[in-house]
Amino acid sequence: MEINTRKESNVRIVGLKGRMDAVTSPEFDKQFNAWLSDGENAFIINFSALDYISSAGLRSILSASKQLKANGGRSLFTGLRGPVKEVFELSGFYTIFEMCDSEETAITRMK
Amino acid sequence: MKILSEIKLPAKLENLGSLLQSIMSAAGQEGFSGPKLNHIEITAEEAIVNVFNYAYPEGNGDVEVRCKEDDDSFIIEIVDSGVPFDVTSLAEPDTTATLSEREIGGLGIFFMKKMMDDVRYSRENGRNVLCLVLNRKGKGGSSAGQV
Repeated sequence: MEINTRKESNVRIVGLKGRMDAVTSPEFDKQFNAWLSDGENAFIINFSALDYISSAGLRSILSASKQLKANGGRSLFTGLRGPVKEVFELSGFYTIFEMCDSEETAITRMK
Repeated sequence: MKILSEIKLPAKLENLGSLLQSIMSAAGQEGFSGPKLNHIEITAEEAIVNVFNYAYPEGNGDVEVRCKEDDDSFIIEIVDSGVPFDVTSLAEPDTTATLSEREIGGLGIFFMKKMMDDVRYSRENGRNVLCLVLNRKGKGGSSAGQV
């Protein structure tokens, strides 16, 4: 999995690419925890280049979002498609997170 | 019963890719495609990672993965000789919970039951045997895959 990231004003935009599984999810956990430790609290996660997510990946996403919420932060998700979107829907995750139809919409909504 | 593929490796995370590859190649030969293939990969990953995490708390051991077919079904058999662990006995998550209420975990067994036509566990001669079963009719998406 590749984690591509940039910042726009105070918003951290994270693009996930490839496979988010039991092997690669710990990389995301580590990176996300580092951001939280730095006091970052506004995240947009773009899933448009993610081809596969397993329950290990979903656990990482849920755990990150719970920590963020506990810190008073916020995350918006965009770009869910194909198998990744289906897995989010099936697990009930699609409705517990805030979904945006594009990165631009998410940036506007975050402001 | 015909054996389509068979692989035995140490139960370590670094072997996940090879074990999944063996299953996905058998599933592809069987004619599964699209969402069904994704379901097979997700449930197989879950079952195999459970063995990595729970089967051998005090040492090393192997995991065996065998893909089989009979007239009606495609079967992924995952076997270890570790401590007894029946994934089918675990509670499923509340998929209607909010973010704060939603508990981390339980998704694995939920996906297995949702995505497979049958999940069978047995303890045989000191080994855990987990079978993930898909009906061979309607390979693009059997009833278990419809949501």
